[in-house]
Amino acid sequence: MAAPEPAATVAAPGDAATNRGDLHTISLLVSDRPGVLVRVALVFARRGYNIESLVVSPGARGGFSRMTITCSGDPATLSQIIKALGKLVDVVQATDHTEDRAHETEIALVKIASTLDQRTAILQIAEHYSAKVVDYGSESLILRAVGASDKLDTFIELLRPFGIVELVRSGKILMARGLLET
Amino acid sequence: MSDTTTQDAPPASRPQSGPATTPTTPPAAARGGQKDGRGAKRPGQRLGAQVLVECLEQAGVEYIFGLSGGAAIPIFDALVDSKIKLLLVRHEQGATHMADGYARATGKPGVVLVTSGPGATNTVTGLLTAHMDSAPLIVITGQTLQANLGSDAFQEADVTGITYPVVKHSYLLKDGADIPRVVREAFYIAQTGRPGPVLIDVPKDVSQGPCTPREVGALDLPGYRVPGRGASEDIKALAEKLARSRRPVLYVGHGAVISNAGPAVMALAEKLRAPIVNTLLGKGAADETHELHLGMLGMHGTAYANKAVTDCDLILAIGARWDDRITGKLDAFCTDAVKIHIDVDPAEFNKVVRPDLTVLGDAKRVIEELLPLVSRLDTEAWLAQCATWRRRYPLKYARRGGLRAQHVLDRLDALTAGQTIITADVGQHQMWAAQFCRTREGRRWITSGGAGTMGFGFPAAIGAKLARPDEEVWAVVGDGGFQMTFAELATAAVHEVAVRCLVINNNYLGMVRQWQEMFFENRLSGVDLKGNPDFVKLAEAYGVKGLRIRRAGDIDRKLEEARAHLGPVVIVAEVVKEDNVFPMIPAGAPLSHMIIEAPTSKLDKPDGST
Ligand SMILES: Cc1ncc(C[n+]2csc(CCOP(=O)(O)OP(=O)(O)O)c2C)c(N)n1
Ligand SMILES: [Mg+2]
Repeated sequence: MAAPEPAATVAAPGDAATNRGDLHTISLLVSDRPGVLVRVALVFARRGYNIESLVVSPGARGGFSRMTITCSGDPATLSQIIKALGKLVDVVQATDHTEDRAHETEIALVKIASTLDQRTAILQIAEHYSAKVVDYGSESLILRAVGASDKLDTFIELLRPFGIVELVRSGKILMARGLLET
Repeated sequence: MSDTTTQDAPPASRPQSGPATTPTTPPAAARGGQKDGRGAKRPGQRLGAQVLVECLEQAGVEYIFGLSGGAAIPIFDALVDSKIKLLLVRHEQGATHMADGYARATGKPGVVLVTSGPGATNTVTGLLTAHMDSAPLIVITGQTLQANLGSDAFQEADVTGITYPVVKHSYLLKDGADIPRVVREAFYIAQTGRPGPVLIDVPKDVSQGPCTPREVGALDLPGYRVPGRGASEDIKALAEKLARSRRPVLYVGHGAVISNAGPAVMALAEKLRAPIVNTLLGKGAADETHELHLGMLGMHGTAYANKAVTDCDLILAIGARWDDRITGKLDAFCTDAVKIHIDVDPAEFNKVVRPDLTVLGDAKRVIEELLPLVSRLDTEAWLAQCATWRRRYPLKYARRGGLRAQHVLDRLDALTAGQTIITADVGQHQMWAAQFCRTREGRRWITSGGAGTMGFGFPAAIGAKLARPDEEVWAVVGDGGFQMTFAELATAAVHEVAVRCLVINNNYLGMVRQWQEMFFENRLSGVDLKGNPDFVKLAEAYGVKGLRIRRAGDIDRKLEEARAHLGPVVIVAEVVKEDNVFPMIPAGAPLSHMIIEAPTSKLDKPDGST
């Protein structure tokens, strides 16, 4: 099987966000307190908003965490959600990054059950996307790809015909460029 | 658990039933040694509960409304030695509404103390009520030992989890050392900015364990911002928009009451010569008897208030949130008017309407800064128009054909002349009280607006009376709502809280019956309160004076008798069963579809909710 040509629109890793459909990206700086995740999640749940991915990690300052959330739903509700998040006592800052050019990235681990004769095609795709083979077995491969979420989307679509057995994505993380605060 | 430590610790509460002592409880070691609440206490060292009560004293707490139980016993024990007065309620919901009444009558947080599990869940309605109406409450809930959290131990419930959506903020107090910080933050958060309820869940090992409180320095709440003055350029822009208006309306809400903006709003109205309308909760921010005041707007507001809002060219919301009870059908609401919104909560901006200008800040400070920038507008024609509406569509009711709630409330208004605090329950009587009992000052009208909680009125009056003992306090309640919390008659009787509780007895869940009559072809379903007790005898059973008004001719005499009575009193007005509240804008209809008097033709079911 020949490797399908990757779509020309695919961004190089680290390119600015090209938004996928009605997905929004929000970054939160929160106090690292028990329950803060539930409070944040409830703001979305109450308004019927779907959280697509959510990454929580320690912030630069002790006692604070960073949350990066991608979610889908109508844009008018989103601005209410951001304001409601900002009202939470434990949320120091809530910023909508949907429209800006923050640097964003994500990691995907893809497990493919593949026979040896499919390997060349798979490895070609991997190479094009600078994905690394992190597990090389006789019946399966695990590829690790890093990059903008929509680039990973295309990468995964290209691999689908080979039979993806497992897929784990880290969820998008992002950071504002220059000296802007995220 | 060594015996030597128990002598310093308070007596452990007796288990309430089997499950608490079953062998499934992890051994002490697994529970983290001292975390079981009986850890070594050094001589002179205090217990968590004592530190907690001290912190409440320092916060200026006069009253705690509560009901005990296993997980809260240590805190109740510490109250024995405190100057804080404990009011034992008969149901935790009553405690929350009392604290709410106390809070709304004063602006200071009302404090509630209950036990874990069902004690805590019984406060949820009160939390919602306070949250919806921005009332500052501190609700302290006992919790099971930390080691038992998540184990379905006796009376364990995930109380912080259950209450997240109905609190402004909450704490699970895991370490006694944090008590001073948590109490300080809780009081600060509850009463600043847009106020609201704060819950503190206190595990029993924290309350009955030894406690070395950590010193608190400055408040450290990086995620909590309290807007103060408005931005000067916004206020300037607001003045410019006002200057161009010929038909302005000041639309005043609860925020104006909370920030004590009333005098400034009145001064603004007089300086501009602009009419005022207020929401149900905005009653009293500005004097409703003032010539520029058109009374309450919205679903059951006065016709002239609603007509003014329909025809205005500018509407200035001052601490009001464009609730669906106010706007009716949104697409038709003030379509051509300039809309301006002053609020302390930025999340209210653009939530319902898209205003032409928003000003973030405390209502009082914003209006005070606005005052020097404005001058008299050319509103004489507009005011004349409003006066015409007022003359043509007055609030009215029949004085014949049986006793009317409106008549009783009209007389109550006349006899008390605004020198009273009125708490209203929820239903027809609430709307009539709002229409006829004109409020002249902030914090003299207390009712559940956002949540519409039946059962609120009577306990809220108890809280308000305790807060302001020199004021005459009236609760206006329906026969339905009163039966949800009347057990607090005992609380009023025991503590001699001289509230006057006016029960408007129409033997129906009247407001729902009205909807069924008007919009559901009078197919009455679940509204007949057959089986009502004799409320006079009920009061007497609690040792509370009971009075009855049967005829219009009794009204003044009985009301005066109630006013003169020294203790609590229940006055039952046996009113006509099937009266309706008008004017009425059917839910979801535009303001122009207001029904001013009883309709003769059949009406469509309303589009709007409830
Ligand atoms: C706890 C609660 N349950 C139900 C309702 C719905 N409801 C609103 S008004 C009303 C009728 C109230 O009856 P009553 O207290 O007798 O007052 P009335 O309308 O007759 O004056 C009901 C059931 C509510 N607001 N609150
Ligand atoms: Mg009734």
